[in-house]
Amino acid sequence: MSLPGSCIVQRGALDQLFGALRRRGYTVLGPTVREQAIVYDEISCSAELPEGWTDEQDGGRYRLRRRDDRALFGYNVGPHSWKRYQLPPEQLLWSARRDAHGGLADLRQQAPRAPRYAFLGARSCELHAMGILDRVLLGGARPDPAARARAADVFVVAVQCAQAGGTCFCVSMGTGPTAEGGFDIALTEVLEDPQRHYFLAEIGSERGAEVIDEVEHAPAGDPERDAASAAHARAAAQMGRELDVTDIRDLLYRNYEHPRWDDVAERCLSCGNCTMVCPTCFCTTVEDVTDLSGEHVERRQRWDSCFTVDYSQIHAGPVRASTRSRYRQWMTHKLATWIDQFGSSGCVGCGRCITWCPVGIDITEEVQAIRASESGAAGASGPTDGAGAGGAAGEVGAGGAAAAGR
Amino acid sequence: MQTLDELIAHSPVFAGLPAAHLELIAGCGINERFEAGSYLFREGHAADRFYLIREGSIALEVDIPGHGRRVLETLGQGEVVGWSWLFAPYRWQFDGRAAHATHVIAFDGACLRGKCDSDHELGYELMRRFAASMVERLQATRLQLLDVYGGAHVA
Amino acid sequence: MSPEIVAGPMVPEQFTLAAKRRDTADTWTLELQAPSGERSRFAPGQFAMLSAFGSGEVPISISGDPGDGRLAHTVRAVGPATRAICAVEPGQMLQVRGPFGRPWPLEDLAGADVLVLAGGIGLPPLRPAILALLADRARYGRLTLLYGSRSPEQLLYPQELEQWSARGLEVELTVDSAGPEWVGHVGVVPRLVRRAELDPEGTVALLCGPEVMMRFAVAALAQRGIGAERVYASMERNMQCGIGLCGHCQLGPTLICRDGPVYRWSELERWLAIREL
Repeated sequence: MSLPGSCIVQRGALDQLFGALRRRGYTVLGPTVREQAIVYDEISCSAELPEGWTDEQDGGRYRLRRRDDRALFGYNVGPHSWKRYQLPPEQLLWSARRDAHGGLADLRQQAPRAPRYAFLGARSCELHAMGILDRVLLGGARPDPAARARAADVFVVAVQCAQAGGTCFCVSMGTGPTAEGGFDIALTEVLEDPQRHYFLAEIGSERGAEVIDEVEHAPAGDPERDAASAAHARAAAQMGRELDVTDIRDLLYRNYEHPRWDDVAERCLSCGNCTMVCPTCFCTTVEDVTDLSGEHVERRQRWDSCFTVDYSQIHAGPVRASTRSRYRQWMTHKLATWIDQFGSSGCVGCGRCITWCPVGIDITEEVQAIRASESGAAGASGPTDGAGAGGAAGEVGAGGAAAAGR
Repeated sequence: MQTLDELIAHSPVFAGLPAAHLELIAGCGINERFEAGSYLFREGHAADRFYLIREGSIALEVDIPGHGRRVLETLGQGEVVGWSWLFAPYRWQFDGRAAHATHVIAFDGACLRGKCDSDHELGYELMRRFAASMVERLQATRLQLLDVYGGAHVA
Repeated sequence: MSPEIVAGPMVPEQFTLAAKRRDTADTWTLELQAPSGERSRFAPGQFAMLSAFGSGEVPISISGDPGDGRLAHTVRAVGPATRAICAVEPGQMLQVRGPFGRPWPLEDLAGADVLVLAGGIGLPPLRPAILALLADRARYGRLTLLYGSRSPEQLLYPQELEQWSARGLEVELTVDSAGPEWVGHVGVVPRLVRRAELDPEGTVALLCGPEVMMRFAVAALAQRGIGAERVYASMERNMQCGIGLCGHCQLGPTLICRDGPVYRWSELERWLAIREL
């Protein structure tokens, strides 16, 4: 099947895209500014996008800053990921009333009725994350039926990054910055001057082509394609971090007792922020909640984190009682055991865990420290110098100043 | 009918010793039988012998005021019971009771100590074997101390 | 956003508690009858997620006879969920999901001598295997059970142990501590391994008990010439979903609910050596 390829959509026509999606019954979710962060929420028009905003990200740091242009997508990823729509933070599994014999009466287990969502603004790393999470939830012997129902119908309008963030390392993880597939439409924003503001729209599916047909568009010429490619290349060159994935699984398997774990344990607060913001962390817990009478029960599933002490509780106590062991569990799962469990890395290089860690623990730096001392390099790299792992400086965004003032 | 030498040679703790040593050891030994429930030794008494169990079982016991008698460990066929004959003040630390009708070879401690003093090679070989047995029992005792099975304590 | 209701493998079936027997001060054996009297099918070594109304689910090994169509579980009451389960009376209901997990590899044991090592509450997960082996006695060589508990009062299934002995299972019992009226062994299960009569080349071991006891037992088995590739153990970790989706039961790269609970010890050795893995 050969799809139309790509075309140009002017900035002024973007709201027609919202209209086309709405007419098909999609609820559009996209980035918007809330409480000094760019989060994902229902949006109804382009005016609700973070026009003219960019973000500054570094270990333990996230700030919004005004750009000197009116780019709609001139920032990277915020604290939200699309995970909350694949695996809701809280779900009611079933509810029931107690019958005379302590059994379940009036058991309610209806089929899921999720709204039909269109994700507008999904980045390449996020598309990979969604694929990874789908493999976890749907790839096993007993797939999560609600996840299956949700996955089927999401309409994806991806945005190709034109700049990289201070904590981004998708290039290292092979997940970006340019999405090759997994979208219905992918937009690259080109803002050459206030008068020339358009999107190169790549068509990724038949329904993507049908939607674009309802939006004013024009054929894409070489200058436009070149401008888009330049934007992609710019993003690839600006990565804030690097993670050497050579032999990463066996590197970590060899180093469960490395002294670096003690080092990170002194900094880690075991707060679990990383697991909340990570787009692939999938752990949940199941609880029965009764009303005061004890006659009605709801069995609920909610997000959990391997950083909690009772995550690994067996009847005598937790298996992972120390912060050291819990941090090690998270990091080795993400980068190593995930590969054996699900056939790929669990990390997409989005950098959220670095940005949203209150003490700025940097997964790329931790890997580098272990790798460096294994190969006998003099001295373990410390968390002090700003270059961090791989030395790539954290530049933020086209038109933004280099990240400073850590 | 096996001689003492032959019986000793087949036991795990003495197996592999040269015939000359076996003869020396056997020279300190004598067959004995104990009825079920009878005591071979008592805490505090002079420890002038030790036992190699041929058949049956010996329970190491301690008496705790208010709790009565508790069995700490049982030893069975092929095992050596008694170390206190090796070290001054040569006093038994626990009670030893035949849990079943038990057939042992009882060794005279002073006799064997004397032979080890004269023949250091014999002494070294015996110490090595006894030490291995003590290590194995110490390790098992440590696991026993962990009280791993859990569950409510019965009043 | 209102919570959504989902269907599927997290919805339990309702079983009737047909009979309940108290085994020790804090342990009960529950026999469960499936809805509309249908036969329950499970393989020895599998587990189910059990709950009493509104009290939360726990994973409990199935300890019943695979041949008689009923689920049975021996449950120790140690927390709110298990206490609620043990408080249910015959005629009332329990919620059950399962069976889950990889069972004991009984089909691979034909012709072998099978040495079963059980510690404490580790005997119930082995009971279905023992019953299956005894039901087909001629297929196997020597069958031996070495079973330890804290005290004589805490030994499970005392009458059955005698019946099994009569059916061709050699049974040796040991306790950590006893009064003088106990004439059996006192000491840990690994000590019994040292003394057991066995042909190492032809023996396969099945273990279940506290993890530290299993580690010592494996060392004792190795000393007798039974290597880790011929030792199978049932492992335990925190489980929430039982179906490989919640992440809790990870032990290194493996998920115990899905890849276990029964493992060949050689698969796990390197992971069990890592503290707080």
